[in-house]
Amino acid sequence: MSNRPDGITPSQTVGPYFKYGLTPNGEYEWNDAFSNNLLTPDTSGERIRVEGKVYDGDGAVIPDCMLEIWQADSQGRFSDPQDKRALPNSSFKGFGRCGTDKSGAYSFDTIKPGVVPDADGKPQAPHILLAVFARGMLLHLYTRIYFDDETANAADSTLALVPADRRATLIAKKTGGNAYTFDVHLQGDNETVFFDV
Amino acid sequence: MTLIYPVASNRIHPARLSPAYRSAIKRSPQKPLIPMRHTLSELTGPVYGHETVRANDNDLTIQAKGEPLGERIIVHGHVRDEDGRGVPNTLVELWQANACGRYIHVVDQHPAPLDPNFTGAGRTQSDDRGYYKFITIKPGAYPWGNHHNAWRPAHIHFSVFGHSFVSRLVTQMYFPGDPLFPFDPIFNSVTDEKARARMISSFDLENTKPEWALCYRFDIVLRGRNATPMETK
Repeated sequence: MSNRPDGITPSQTVGPYFKYGLTPNGEYEWNDAFSNNLLTPDTSGERIRVEGKVYDGDGAVIPDCMLEIWQADSQGRFSDPQDKRALPNSSFKGFGRCGTDKSGAYSFDTIKPGVVPDADGKPQAPHILLAVFARGMLLHLYTRIYFDDETANAADSTLALVPADRRATLIAKKTGGNAYTFDVHLQGDNETVFFDV
Repeated sequence: MTLIYPVASNRIHPARLSPAYRSAIKRSPQKPLIPMRHTLSELTGPVYGHETVRANDNDLTIQAKGEPLGERIIVHGHVRDEDGRGVPNTLVELWQANACGRYIHVVDQHPAPLDPNFTGAGRTQSDDRGYYKFITIKPGAYPWGNHHNAWRPAHIHFSVFGHSFVSRLVTQMYFPGDPLFPFDPIFNSVTDEKARARMISSFDLENTKPEWALCYRFDIVLRGRNATPMETK
């Protein structure tokens, strides 16, 4: 006998009204469970900002979008006991959440992640996982943020799965200082590559 | 124990482009998603967030000075994975309209009254076996602009994490017997009838509190299987 359920609970859209519950950010009285600033005073590593805008199939900005990121610390370790290599050397948690503003813009203050092994144990290029939620999206989308100043991109096993002419959609561009730009296009000619995970 | 997340489990989710839901038309990708093998990045996930939960954040009826209007209800359930294992100490976030079907969000201009004693936001963490509980007000149905005479069935939005970043789920809990079910493109974007039924809470007489509140049960099943199950076929 098994108490295994018949299947998972289906996804439904976050809808247009999630802001006061999930990303109030001072605009509503409710406190935020998460923020877009992953940095803590003891976080080691290269401090970076990842910022961009989210666009729909008409090229219009999406002001009611929520983005969540998940990443390793600068040594490539995840703040999760399931990562048996984890080092309790930092209060860096690796998870962030940000709602887009009226101009469709988001930003995260974080660190450049370290190297994480792929499914075969080979090193992956530094990357951040990104989940995208919005009204009109019945199921969120997963993508990855890579960095244009990393030579390791050339040997990354996940980037290698992506047609060469679409790879650029996954690579954040350094824009000066410690800032990188990563726009998300849900649809259209520049449609971002999303992964079936 | 190592968990795996078979992509096949995602089949019951809505198609991203469900044309009856108009907002999906320009917000769904047209190019195929790229299959990939899960790495440690996908197989781990945030195991925190619950430390932000304050006492009474799971009771939406006592957040203001006065009591909100509407039908007080208890909503509780079990967060578990595909093997039926409870997901302990995981953050459960919820948001909803008030009893009149109005959200406090500034964009919602549905001509129904706001309730000064109700925000509609709550959060809690599952206990050490995966159970959670909220006290709230039964939300009202509300109109929306998707098509002529479009009304959303009463629902409560839920956001949960589970064991990894790929077990993340945002869904909506519905109430049994809602007459609006056949007409709602969001509810019906889930085409499998059994899967749709998993979004509908069940009336829970046993846990209804006499003289106080009706109870609904809503179990949430997230991705995640033991890679080396003990049970044999």
